Amino acid sequence: MTAPLLRIARRTAMAAMVATAFVGSVVFAQAAKYGPGASATEIKLGQTMPYSGPASAYGTIGKVEQAYFKMINDNGGINGRKVNLISLDDGYSPPKAVEQVRRLVEQDEVLALFQTLGTPSNSAIHKYVNAKKVPHLLLATGATKWGDPQNNPWTMGFNLSYQSEGQIYAKWLLKNKPNAKVAILYQNDDYGKDVLKGVKDGLGAAGAKMIVKEATYEVTDPTIDSQILTLQGSGADTFINITTPKFGAQAVRKAFDSGWKPLQIINNVSASIGSVLIPAGVEKAIGAITVAYYKDQNDPQWKDDPAMLEWRAFMGRYYREGDPKDQSNLYGYLAAQIMTQILKQCGNDLTRENVMKQAANLKNFKLPLLLPGMSINTGPNDFFPVEQAQLERFTGTQWQLFGEVISTDAK
Amino acid sequence: MQKTPDRRQLIVPAVALVFAVVLPFVLGNYHVFQVTLVLVYAIALLGLNMLTGFNGQISLGHGAFYAIGAYTAAILMDKGGMPYWATIPIAGAVCLLAGFLFGLPALRLEGLYLALATFALGVAMPQILKHKSIEHWTGGAMGVVIVKPDPPSWAPLSQDQWLYFFTLAWVIVAFVLAASLLRGRIGRAMVAIRDQPIAAQAMGVNTAMVKSMTFGVSAMYTGVAGALGAIAIQFVAPDSFTIFLSITLLVGVVVGGLASISGAFFGAVFIQFIPNIADHLSKAAPWAIYGVILIAFMYVMPSGVAGFLRLVRARLLRRRAA
Repeated sequence: MTAPLLRIARRTAMAAMVATAFVGSVVFAQAAKYGPGASATEIKLGQTMPYSGPASAYGTIGKVEQAYFKMINDNGGINGRKVNLISLDDGYSPPKAVEQVRRLVEQDEVLALFQTLGTPSNSAIHKYVNAKKVPHLLLATGATKWGDPQNNPWTMGFNLSYQSEGQIYAKWLLKNKPNAKVAILYQNDDYGKDVLKGVKDGLGAAGAKMIVKEATYEVTDPTIDSQILTLQGSGADTFINITTPKFGAQAVRKAFDSGWKPLQIINNVSASIGSVLIPAGVEKAIGAITVAYYKDQNDPQWKDDPAMLEWRAFMGRYYREGDPKDQSNLYGYLAAQIMTQILKQCGNDLTRENVMKQAANLKNFKLPLLLPGMSINTGPNDFFPVEQAQLERFTGTQWQLFGEVISTDAK
Repeated sequence: MQKTPDRRQLIVPAVALVFAVVLPFVLGNYHVFQVTLVLVYAIALLGLNMLTGFNGQISLGHGAFYAIGAYTAAILMDKGGMPYWATIPIAGAVCLLAGFLFGLPALRLEGLYLALATFALGVAMPQILKHKSIEHWTGGAMGVVIVKPDPPSWAPLSQDQWLYFFTLAWVIVAFVLAASLLRGRIGRAMVAIRDQPIAAQAMGVNTAMVKSMTFGVSAMYTGVAGALGAIAIQFVAPDSFTIFLSITLLVGVVVGGLASISGAFFGAVFIQFIPNIADHLSKAAPWAIYGVILIAFMYVMPSGVAGFLRLVRARLLRRRAA
């Protein structure tokens, strides 16, 4: 190539580059769309948390999430925008949650609500946010009703739903203990019935034969001893324990002390070693089974896991006052990671419509703190981000994962 | 001589009324909603003040009557298909009866013992609401979701503005009735029982009857407030009516001013807004901040906001006279 030709070629190339840059910036300008709570510099999110009141132990979730977005902002934000998470106290009181959410939507004008906590509070604002068309994302509650895109297209849960959990137990039983005679104890409210429905759906036609006895209790009951004796009397060899921590501990102990000693399946709500199994007596829970979907920082097998080390570093730097043993701090971190992914996917179209569209467009999104082999998936008709989990067995000192990751078709 | 103070007495309510009518057109919907809640609490506090301030009986369980009123309205609307406005008087009547019946035996108890009995009622209420036998109606722990009423077609108002005026109308009815009741013969009997029960009895006041009726009327006011509150919030659930609500109401009565009708408004403003301010000041310990503010209030205004204002006015008048 001769020199002039080269020069021309270079000039053309430069012109092309300039043109591309120009076109690019035009596309950029066209694409940047902002709904309420979003601008070129900021994305406003809102949430209500029980910083006071009966569920204030969960308040740490809101704090760890604020700390997470502080870290994101220190590293340049999301697509150049800082995230401002406005976190308000609702004291776990539904009327207060309504008031605070109205403030977030009407006065602070947040782009979306994120991780509002508690079934009662979310029930109270469910209709309002859908009427106002505000994204109501990754709610911190396990109720199955949050995944209903037909009737409530602006609400999406986060937790492995109670029904999915029940299905996972059922699937495992069908495969590994098809002749089990199952006795079930459940709390007589929507949570207990939600898990129960999952178990029954999962067992399907076999359920009528396998479930030999069901018993319920009220949160107000002092003990559940008589229920356990009734269940024992049915001759069941498998016991599904759908209870909250206080009753979980009672049930584990009584099922052992009464001489029944069935295979125990303890629902995730009561799987805490500290508040359930130790009070019940750890030796009475050996061999019990539960479900998990994210890594447990207290489990020695993840001690040197890179994701766990990263999380610990984050806790040390951004949330020093938080308890590194508290699972809520890992849970909130996970939820904030998913929210970040949704906002990343939104690009420069930060309208409420697009936030909802991207929330329902998480494809095979892998998070290193989820159990190996798991990923987050959503779609226009699938508002359940977490649909996989793995079973774990209690060794007497810790929960140990076993088997494969089990998927459900949560509905 | 009699005429001038009368006219002057009307000036304050008239100004307040004009202010109340203009307010929703100045504020955004969210603030209108908050002010509606203030009005709702004002009715409840007025009811509790009759009992505690005027009659000298302490109730730590008025949240229970608030809950009964709220659930009555919610169930009538949700299961009975009744229009929202028709549920308010029914909720009031149900609570009048409930309060009267609870009052009959409970009022044999004096002072602190009555406080404990009502405390028991307040503590039990959320669990009663979850009970299996009435779950069909109450929705158990899930509660009941109510549809927000639309303004009638002739009124060019938003839903929140309409609800505000609807509540305001009830406030006016409630306060006019309460004022005439408390400033009349029955009011004097109530105060007499509070101050000199034996003398009152000797004067021929039927102490048990007046006390029970006071309890009933007080519960009725709180129940009406509960029903209005449920419609404004659009949701009732047992967790909405914990014992803390009862305590909050008592705080409102004391902060506003015992035995003062206008005190109900000041108390309502306090219980509606101070928790928000506390939460704004500290996420870590909002209730500690709330406690500090409460102590400061009690220290500066030991007879409540209404009593403080009365004191200030008296001082000003004296200075003018001097």
